[in-house]
Amino acid sequence: MGWTLLILLVVLTVVHGNPTVMVRTGSGPTVGFDQHPNSVPLGEDIQTTTEVVEEVMTTGVLNPSHYPARRAATVVQHYLNTRYGSPYRWIFLSTVHSGSAEVGVEVEDQHTLGSVSGQCSAELFFPGGEGQSAPQVQASCEGLHQSNTTAQEEAFYQQHRASNNLVSGNNIPDSYGHMEPSMKPFWQLGGVASSFIMLRESNESTLYNMAQVANFTQLETEKDQLRFNYHVLLHEMISQEIIHWKLLVTWSPEQGVQVLQTELQPKCHHCEAPPNTTN
Amino acid sequence: MCVSMYSAVWSREETTERNYYTRYHNMSEITAWMEQMKRENPDVVSSMVYGQTYERRNITLLKIGLSSTVRKKAIWMDCGIHAREWIAPAFCQYFVREILRTYKTDTKVNEMMKNLDFYITPVLNVDGYIYSWHNESTRLWRKSRSPGTGGCTCYGTDLNRNFYANWGMVGVSTDCCSETYCGTKALSESEAWAVTDMLGKMREDILAFLTIHSYSQLILVPYGHPNISAPNYDELMEVGLGAAKAIKAVHGMDYTVGTSPDVLYANSGSSRDFARLIGIPLSFTFELRDKGEHGFELPEDQIQPTCEEAYAGAQHIITYTHDKAFYSYAATVTATLWTTLLAAWVSSAILLTIICMYKQVK
Repeated sequence: MGWTLLILLVVLTVVHGNPTVMVRTGSGPTVGFDQHPNSVPLGEDIQTTTEVVEEVMTTGVLNPSHYPARRAATVVQHYLNTRYGSPYRWIFLSTVHSGSAEVGVEVEDQHTLGSVSGQCSAELFFPGGEGQSAPQVQASCEGLHQSNTTAQEEAFYQQHRASNNLVSGNNIPDSYGHMEPSMKPFWQLGGVASSFIMLRESNESTLYNMAQVANFTQLETEKDQLRFNYHVLLHEMISQEIIHWKLLVTWSPEQGVQVLQTELQPKCHHCEAPPNTTN
Repeated sequence: MCVSMYSAVWSREETTERNYYTRYHNMSEITAWMEQMKRENPDVVSSMVYGQTYERRNITLLKIGLSSTVRKKAIWMDCGIHAREWIAPAFCQYFVREILRTYKTDTKVNEMMKNLDFYITPVLNVDGYIYSWHNESTRLWRKSRSPGTGGCTCYGTDLNRNFYANWGMVGVSTDCCSETYCGTKALSESEAWAVTDMLGKMREDILAFLTIHSYSQLILVPYGHPNISAPNYDELMEVGLGAAKAIKAVHGMDYTVGTSPDVLYANSGSSRDFARLIGIPLSFTFELRDKGEHGFELPEDQIQPTCEEAYAGAQHIITYTHDKAFYSYAATVTATLWTTLLAAWVSSAILLTIICMYKQVK
């Protein structure tokens, strides 16, 4: 089916009860809060708006508590992580409201446990058709850079770039949801790296989260990039499957997170323990 | 592994006991705990084995309520139908402890314990739960542990797709290796059969059915099939939204309310749908914390707040159910009484009038 679905995230744009939807074209900064969300500043935008309105009306108005909005918002979350994520910044969706929406940004750093709220507006495009290609996302955010993680990232980078003490870990978090504090940045890095795959694999019928870092191993630093092999477990909500991926990940404060290689692991049917497990 | 310390409000004994409910427990511990609940509260707690798992383990519920000479109405709650959702059995344990802790002093809880019996299954999918505790690689097991058939070498059926409620129609897989495999036929799984059997026997008495899962922070109402609506959808939504409001008041967490096809995905063969189909009016699925950050591996330091908010949500539903049954009934009786009195008064008034008129005519 060659149909395409254009979904707009309900930030400052969708008006509750009103079927018209405003399109944000380009990736400029978000319109300020004092501006009425319904305002259409430029003549150009009106035309674009009409096209989109027709399309959205045939596909239905987006209800923020229904699954299409939630799935779309999660895809945007993955996208934001590929753009802004680091061992000290793993972004999570907070809420999708109608009217003025908030895509909450949870920023974790070593010294303060807390979340910093950010607001993002985004356009999301799921290409249909035979060749399954990744969704296309354009987003802009405010408040995302409020929490300054530069110092922690730099310290972490310096700590681990020398190759005489390569780190590794497994089962992060463990069965009880726990992890050593020193493992937390590696967990977050795994989550950000997973976002590349989760973004790529997403469509209207999926909802991905990273379930666990099964293991990771640090490799020799190359070209000033920290390098890691990761084995991650992704949870896909609609099928409820746990999907194993192996990733080759690099990171530095300047270059950000990059995923150089990905390898899908087969679902291991023959790793089952014998049925007579006792407890 | 950190165990949270609580404030000096609790005595040391209570602190120790309280720490129990901030940790996950394996099946042996939960079984021992059930015995302890019976031992410590013999006049209000009894247990019942109502079925067997594939691996021949007992499926046990706790029946909690003040004893009565008359037949009582019931609330059903089950946890752990999906093995990896460890927060669910933790919640069932918390719920039991909470009603036992408060029924003597809290007048509302006391009233509900008097008028209702709570039937609580802390772990429904016992085989799966035990398997998920086996080692780290089995932690994310979901299904039962029955072997595949017809040449399929994978194990397990999704118990929440195996009930006789539009079985096999949508949101299922026929591949036995899949996580949503619905089984060879409805009720192929002894665990699903055990629940079906119990609900069938009790169905006139059960006022509300709650099945506890994780994760996603949702309250789901029937049905899982997109084209079928529950006759009391409006009531279900109203009560569900009330529960979500109660949840949010505890720790600020948002729980979304709606049918599964609306807010999550379409599915069939769920226990919640079966309960509604056989006439239990208020049937809900709770999907507890979180929204994907930790998913199934929710940290132990979130057990307490999760249970607190879920308890508030469950209590909202149970209170509504209770009051609807017992206050509406009382109101009906009172209304009938008044109507009868009024009718008697009116008819006697009419009679007097007729007699007077007759006398006058005469």
